[in-house]
Amino acid sequence: MSDMNQQMAERYRNNFLKEIEEQAEMGDWVKMCMQCGVCSGSCPTNFHAGWDHPPQELFMMIRAGKRDEVLESNSMWMCVSCYNCYVRCPRKVPITHIMHGIAEYAYRIGRAPKNQPTQFLSKTFWDNATKTGRVNEVKLTQSLYFKNGIMDGIKQAMAMQDVALGLVKAKRLNPMEALGGGHKCKDIKGIHAMLDKARELENKRKGRTA
Amino acid sequence: MAAEKKHAAYICKGCELGNRLDAASLVKIATKEGKMQLVREHDFLCSADGVAMIQNDIDNEGVTHIAICACSRRAKTEAFNFPTVAMSRGNLREGVIWIRPDTDEARETTQEMAEDYVRMACAEVKAMTVPSGNQNTGTSKTLLVVGGGMSGMTSALEASKTGYKVVLVEKTGALGGWAAKLWKRVPNREPFKAPMDNGVADLVAQIEADSNIKVYLNSTIAKTAGAPGRFKVDIAMESGPTVTEDIGAIIQATGFNLYDMNKLSHLGAGQANVVDQGGLEALAKAANGGIIKRADGKEVKSVVFVQCAGQRDASKTHLEYCSGHCCATSVKQAMYFKDANPDVDTMVIYTDLRMPGNNEDFYRSAQNKGVIFTKGVVSGVEASGDGCSVKFKDLILNDDTAASADLVVLATGMVPNSGVNIDAVAAAPAEAEPAEEGAEAAAPVAEVKPISILNLDYRQGPDMPQFKHGFNDSHFICFPYETRRTAIYAAGPLRRPMDIAQTQEDATGAAMKAIQAMENAGLGKAAHPRSGDLSFPTVRLEGCTQCKRCTVECPFGAIDEDEKRFPLFNESRCRRCGTCMGACPVRVISFENYSVNTVGAQLKAVDIPDEFSEKPRVLILACENDAYPALDMAGMNRNAYDPYVRVIPVRCLGSVNTIWITDALNSGYDGVMLMGCKHGEQYQCHFVKGSELGRYRMSKVYDTLKGMNLEEERLMDLEVAITDIDTLPQKINDYAAKIVEMGPSPFKGL
Repeated sequence: MSDMNQQMAERYRNNFLKEIEEQAEMGDWVKMCMQCGVCSGSCPTNFHAGWDHPPQELFMMIRAGKRDEVLESNSMWMCVSCYNCYVRCPRKVPITHIMHGIAEYAYRIGRAPKNQPTQFLSKTFWDNATKTGRVNEVKLTQSLYFKNGIMDGIKQAMAMQDVALGLVKAKRLNPMEALGGGHKCKDIKGIHAMLDKARELENKRKGRTA
Repeated sequence: MAAEKKHAAYICKGCELGNRLDAASLVKIATKEGKMQLVREHDFLCSADGVAMIQNDIDNEGVTHIAICACSRRAKTEAFNFPTVAMSRGNLREGVIWIRPDTDEARETTQEMAEDYVRMACAEVKAMTVPSGNQNTGTSKTLLVVGGGMSGMTSALEASKTGYKVVLVEKTGALGGWAAKLWKRVPNREPFKAPMDNGVADLVAQIEADSNIKVYLNSTIAKTAGAPGRFKVDIAMESGPTVTEDIGAIIQATGFNLYDMNKLSHLGAGQANVVDQGGLEALAKAANGGIIKRADGKEVKSVVFVQCAGQRDASKTHLEYCSGHCCATSVKQAMYFKDANPDVDTMVIYTDLRMPGNNEDFYRSAQNKGVIFTKGVVSGVEASGDGCSVKFKDLILNDDTAASADLVVLATGMVPNSGVNIDAVAAAPAEAEPAEEGAEAAAPVAEVKPISILNLDYRQGPDMPQFKHGFNDSHFICFPYETRRTAIYAAGPLRRPMDIAQTQEDATGAAMKAIQAMENAGLGKAAHPRSGDLSFPTVRLEGCTQCKRCTVECPFGAIDEDEKRFPLFNESRCRRCGTCMGACPVRVISFENYSVNTVGAQLKAVDIPDEFSEKPRVLILACENDAYPALDMAGMNRNAYDPYVRVIPVRCLGSVNTIWITDALNSGYDGVMLMGCKHGEQYQCHFVKGSELGRYRMSKVYDTLKGMNLEEERLMDLEVAITDIDTLPQKINDYAAKIVEMGPSPFKGL
């Protein structure tokens, strides 16, 4: 992973904006930001302690070439995808998508902050879903609740038991799936082939070797 | 006029006047007290029938003076248009019934108000004569345009298109001015995405093909004498004789220069790789659409634009103002680089990017092309290696940082070519009259330019007055291009900073105003804002004490002195504001239809109830440009106000003679209220200086009040804008309440 970071840093020497434009999804919109700050003012999270940088500042940092600070920022991971900023941006900059694009890119090249909860959720979800082509709700919640040890996991599971029972009654959650492989799609191999192909196409488009 | 005078009054009963007022009693008043020989009432005076009735009296009954007691003088002017007789208007509609509630209690005071306005209209018309028009007319219809840049060429072409002859004088050897030095211009039409051709060649070709336009290149104005419609302008040609042209009106379109970059050494001025925006245009012209190279021949790979260089300077060392165009110009120049080679790094360092109107699309297009915009303040530009290092504080990231560049462009802003600062020149020799703007003029940012442009043969000085920062004064709020020199207009960046699109609009507007001024001058009529007025000031020289107040105070330089040091009126330059009349301590200056007597007779005609009646009287002298329309509109909105006020419109606060105040207070008015336009830096006075001079004069009246043992509050000066429709009645009521509280004037009934 850090090889890829090296590789990209070499390739876009001194031009981080270009790196983001070519490598992060929707990154080519970063240059269109006019620093009005409506995105920041619209964010329902209010940038409470978790945010390192509000979005428009992140875009300015990209233009100023602050590669390390941007890639290691936790801001992109704090976005709750409410799309308020996207809707309100006077320049129609797809801010929500760019945030996810930068987050994905930082993760890809191994620069994303470690042990970040939303990142853990995303990774767990992705692995869970792509393994069989279907999400296994029991295993997903298990791996999320118990990530900090058994006692913490039980505590969280107890707190959520009413919701869980409701889901079971509505046949949305099958406790038995904790044992087997759970439900899966008809053509797992096909799904995996599609994902591989998508990855291949993306790498080609973005000029990546790995 | 030797002809027999016959006075007639007409009382209208239309628009509810007949129901709300006792018309029979008004007729009686006009006859008995107004002493009108003929008094008629009519149910609908402004109808064809009513107008025909009046016209018949004029034609067949020998009526020479008419008092129309109906609506405001601002209403129904097309119907009540009798140019052959003297006419006054009693404002019974907007001034009485519309501002009074229709109740039984109010009926008595409303009727009294109407009766007073009838008395005033009768008294006024008896003091008037029919304006005969200025006989001293000029008939030249040739427009002189000084300056052959974008504004000058546009003015010349627009005037020519309407069929007027134009003389265009350009100091240099070619037309085009600054615009010709531009590689391209900021776009002025859809899709506003890329720089466009500067358009100069096209305008020059049009001018050369235009037989109406006579061009003098390499020429300057040696002398401008005369007046609107009959200016004599000496044009000095560099090689050859001085030619004299007969000119009707003048447009000064002498444009601007860039602020001297050499004063910005902290921003790297003087270094080989630092240029101003003009310098970059030269490089771009040399590149002719290819890769832009520096003076040393090296291709520019990175460029930094420093906005507001020597502008918006709070320390006042450099320009204090924003020149408006520089943001768009830098965006355009950054595109020169990006369009030739997208890999050139272009960075614009700005504090506030000002891209008015469709320039916002232009800005977006530049971002799309990869121009980087950084909000920051540049602290220094230093030579570094083969280029420059621009040190700046990033205001978004709160970061002190630096950018390296092959070339740095400074956006230095506009300095107007407005000629000699006549106020600064006049302030130098000890002048008896304390000029209020003296404090500002003492520390001008733009230095006094020694070379006059118009070389006016006016006693006020060789050029037009300046307002702020060396820009020519023009009525910036309501009437752009109008200056304090009648029929001489300012167009383009010499009156305020502007870009090409604004300049062309400005130049077109100035051409239209100049044409109007020439035509009015030919007819002996006034120019803006009393456009079409035929009256002009006359002076009874026997009474003149040669005090020179009129010559000094005239905002338009219309009054000179003759050999015997008496005032010599130049009627064509006069704008009919009456400031001279207000200034005259011996009251020898008057207009045929507006004089010390017309107003004095009105205020004396008002019936003043005795001190036991509990009916005070407050005189309002209201500026006819803003305050009087505001009062009329208050009436239209049925905003009621106090029934004890009596309003007399005046041409300008500057025309208010202090005798009116003392007369009013002596004859028992309890208070006098003056309503005039805002003065000073944000002035709204239609005559620019009128309200300021009027107020200055009024400030002396307070001593007189003290001498009369009267409270200062008996005289109130109120600043009124035309929009004060809803607040003005309250202010009147407040003042009336204050007068009631103060008690009746001791002069009542004396």
